[in-house]
Amino acid sequence: MISLAHYLVLGAILFSLGIAGIFLNRKNVIILLMSIELMLLAVNMNFVAFSHFSGDMAGQVFVFFILTVAAAEAAIGLAILTLLFRNRQTINVQDLDEMKG
Amino acid sequence: MNFEAFLFYFFAAIVVGAAVAMITVRNPVHAALFLVLTFFTSAALWIMLEAEFLGIVLVLVYVGAVMVLFLFVVMMLDINLTRMREGFMRFLPVGILVAVAMATVMSLVVVRHFRVDAPERAAADYSNTEALGRILYTEYVYPFEIAAVILLVAIIAAIALTLRRRPGTKAIDPAKQVRVSREGRVRMVDMKSEGKS
Repeated sequence: MISLAHYLVLGAILFSLGIAGIFLNRKNVIILLMSIELMLLAVNMNFVAFSHFSGDMAGQVFVFFILTVAAAEAAIGLAILTLLFRNRQTINVQDLDEMKG
Repeated sequence: MNFEAFLFYFFAAIVVGAAVAMITVRNPVHAALFLVLTFFTSAALWIMLEAEFLGIVLVLVYVGAVMVLFLFVVMMLDINLTRMREGFMRFLPVGILVAVAMATVMSLVVVRHFRVDAPERAAADYSNTEALGRILYTEYVYPFEIAAVILLVAIIAAIALTLRRRPGTKAIDPAKQVRVSREGRVRMVDMKSEGKS
């Protein structure tokens, strides 16, 4: 039978893949944003699994709110990205050194 | 292995495979499409967990709105792909190392302590959407309203960030047009007639 651990391991693998995506695509801001979405999906997977296996609806409410915030974050992030591209003609992380960070 | 376990492993394999493809493909459009596949299959897994409403919301909101937005932006920007791939091979070993280490550590903890068996399946007339709506509109009504405000802020922020006022356009300001009065346009002049008398 499929136990809670199966879903949690799947969530852990997805989260690690999101982190690996950030490591591998350090130059491309769009892929970085997509990797963040992948990590949020992993977190949501854990929430839904816990909610089902402990019979508590609160976990699904949290997933609902995380989806809301993630959608807002994606919208603002992409707006900043288009603004960046309009002003600098690049989205390479290496070229964004105006703040000398 | 029963049918449910088969379904779980089938969907999990697709999710992980699509996620790996997403972080390794060269083309950002393909990456976005692989992320769509990941979300779609995750929605199937959530429906297996009796979270039908969230599964459908994941498809509608994520696949239907957020990922389409990503695709829009990817196709709008003119990206130099060869420069974007610099350092991919250099960071591949450390990326794999970190990912494998994290996945192993988390899996060890999880497998040790969370071997919970599945609860009884809900009855056929049980509605996940109804249950979620009931709790969302009673116990979590204030957080729900805050979520609505966050979405409003996101709308205004996205528009305010990308709105651009170009100088020298010949667009007409409707407010100015509406405010025009007779006095501003027509001048009555008193004068004698100049025809033959």
